[in-house]
Amino acid sequence: MQLTTEKVALLSKPAPRRRSKLGRLERREERMFYLFILPWLIGFIFFGGGPIIASAVMSFTNWQLLAGPKWTGLGNYVQLFQDPLFYLTLKNTLYYGGGTVVIGVMTSFLQALLLNQRVHGQAFFRTVFYLPSVIAGIATAFLWLNIFHPDFGLINTVLGVFGIQGPGWVTSEYWVIPSLIIMSTWSGGSTMIIYLAGLQNIPAHLYEAASIDGAGWWSKFWNVTVPMMSPVIFFNVVTGFIGSLQAFTLILIMTNGAPANASLVYGLYIYRQAFQYFNIGYASALAWVLFVIIMVITLVQLYLAKHWVYYEGEIQRREIRYEA
Amino acid sequence: MRLSIEQPRIEVGPHPGQNARMAYVLHKIMVYALLILGSVLFILPFMWMLTTALKPSNEVFAFPPQFFPTTFLWQNFVLGWTVLPFTQYLINTLIITTAAVIGNMISCALPAYAFARLRARGRGIFLILMLATMMIPSEITLVPTFVLFSKAGLVNTFWPLILPAWFGYPFFIFMLRQFFMTIPKELDDAARIEGASHLRVLWSIILPLSRPALAALAIFSFVGNRNNLLAPLIYLRSSDKFTIVLGLNLFHGQYVTYYNQLMAVSILTLLPIIIIFFIAQKYFIRGVTLTGMNG
Repeated sequence: MQLTTEKVALLSKPAPRRRSKLGRLERREERMFYLFILPWLIGFIFFGGGPIIASAVMSFTNWQLLAGPKWTGLGNYVQLFQDPLFYLTLKNTLYYGGGTVVIGVMTSFLQALLLNQRVHGQAFFRTVFYLPSVIAGIATAFLWLNIFHPDFGLINTVLGVFGIQGPGWVTSEYWVIPSLIIMSTWSGGSTMIIYLAGLQNIPAHLYEAASIDGAGWWSKFWNVTVPMMSPVIFFNVVTGFIGSLQAFTLILIMTNGAPANASLVYGLYIYRQAFQYFNIGYASALAWVLFVIIMVITLVQLYLAKHWVYYEGEIQRREIRYEA
Repeated sequence: MRLSIEQPRIEVGPHPGQNARMAYVLHKIMVYALLILGSVLFILPFMWMLTTALKPSNEVFAFPPQFFPTTFLWQNFVLGWTVLPFTQYLINTLIITTAAVIGNMISCALPAYAFARLRARGRGIFLILMLATMMIPSEITLVPTFVLFSKAGLVNTFWPLILPAWFGYPFFIFMLRQFFMTIPKELDDAARIEGASHLRVLWSIILPLSRPALAALAIFSFVGNRNNLLAPLIYLRSSDKFTIVLGLNLFHGQYVTYYNQLMAVSILTLLPIIIIFFIAQKYFIRGVTLTGMNG
């Protein structure tokens, strides 16, 4: 009933008046507002907006941490577009991000559909499917290193039972990114929970109407579930892609870019430039280019969304008017 | 406005008639088969972790590999824990995590209340500003923040890991704000008329009603800070200041052949989170749902 509370709040708002003449109470409320947001405001200056501006400025300097900054204008950006590692890491990142999103979105949607069925032990299954995402972290990175081990790992052991010689996984130039995608799919439970929440919000009467029209489960899935879930899918695609473009700490632990830079992703490259080579200026330029890339991709996705995302809002608004 | 909160039924309901009945049963069997297969895929890695932790070193790298160890070496847990000062790392982790969680709770509840309840000119702009910082990749702020802390002489202390938590975290503020918005405003209006201050309304009305959201925040903050690798890696230099996560990383670098002990310590570090998860799983799920969808 969020809408109605907001409506009540709107109605109870005093009639519009000239801005300069706020009442005593309003002025006190405004003072309280700024007092209350003060912790965040200070944090914003020192850990949010401030560093963002600082980073933009740094990207135009040739700052080696020990030597101090020297203004170079666009020098870093010129260097960046001639840096073969820039293109390689970008390619690796897009491969990893694209793979994670496409496979992750599909598998977690399937998981959510399964977990939404009325079965015995539903709570148990939900917990099991969600658990890996809760503990995702360094310990699971080691776990997967162990599982992917070409000779002694779980996967190749199981494949060996069927007489299949498995690949080198994280030690193979071709398999290292797919391995990382498998690992991140395993721990993608939070996406699954968001789908699950979305599924519960699909009105039951739509399915009932479809049943009356004689629709089978596939038809219901394709004509009711998918369109109704499209905003949720869209949300997960956008946030998942942004997240995977930035993910690098587990890769740092597991492969540190090996073999032959095949898993050197963009974030890892920024980390190396900043904290191993101490090229603060160049690292900042790299970070800003990443930001621009993320923005462009998000805008493209927003544009594409117009063609396939269906928003129930229009219809709901009409129904509310009938009720009012 | 929710039209219905009933759980949708995707499966075909049992219709009278032999064929429909058969289809229904087949459907159920398929669902259970997939669920069990999925559970095995999710649990098997954990089992592998556990059996590796219990193997003697020579069996970890035995060929052909065995799933179960011949002898169960429970002392791997003790050996792994003591080969590096993991007790010290645990204490360090607890200090940092506790300070950060408390900081997050306080510094996020206040702005969240302001954004949900207090009317002020500029509120919309500040809210947009806050949401915008959520979208900026952390790589951008990483370097300047590091320069800031190193200029302040705080590198190799816990402060860079604790201080940011005391100054609001947009993701959590937004999550709490979304929750506060669902609490009827009539409740705090009544208290306000009785003469309660905003701080009092927040403390005695809003926060007690927001326990699920606060629990979700505390758990996310705990897990996030505990799992944090990047900040400790950048800021903590001397090994007596290391966190558990850094300790594991050090272990991995130095004793790469002791995979069994590494797995044993990994299990020990995961246990608290797994236990918390089983106790508070509905709060976890609630938190994800809140931040994800209820916009």
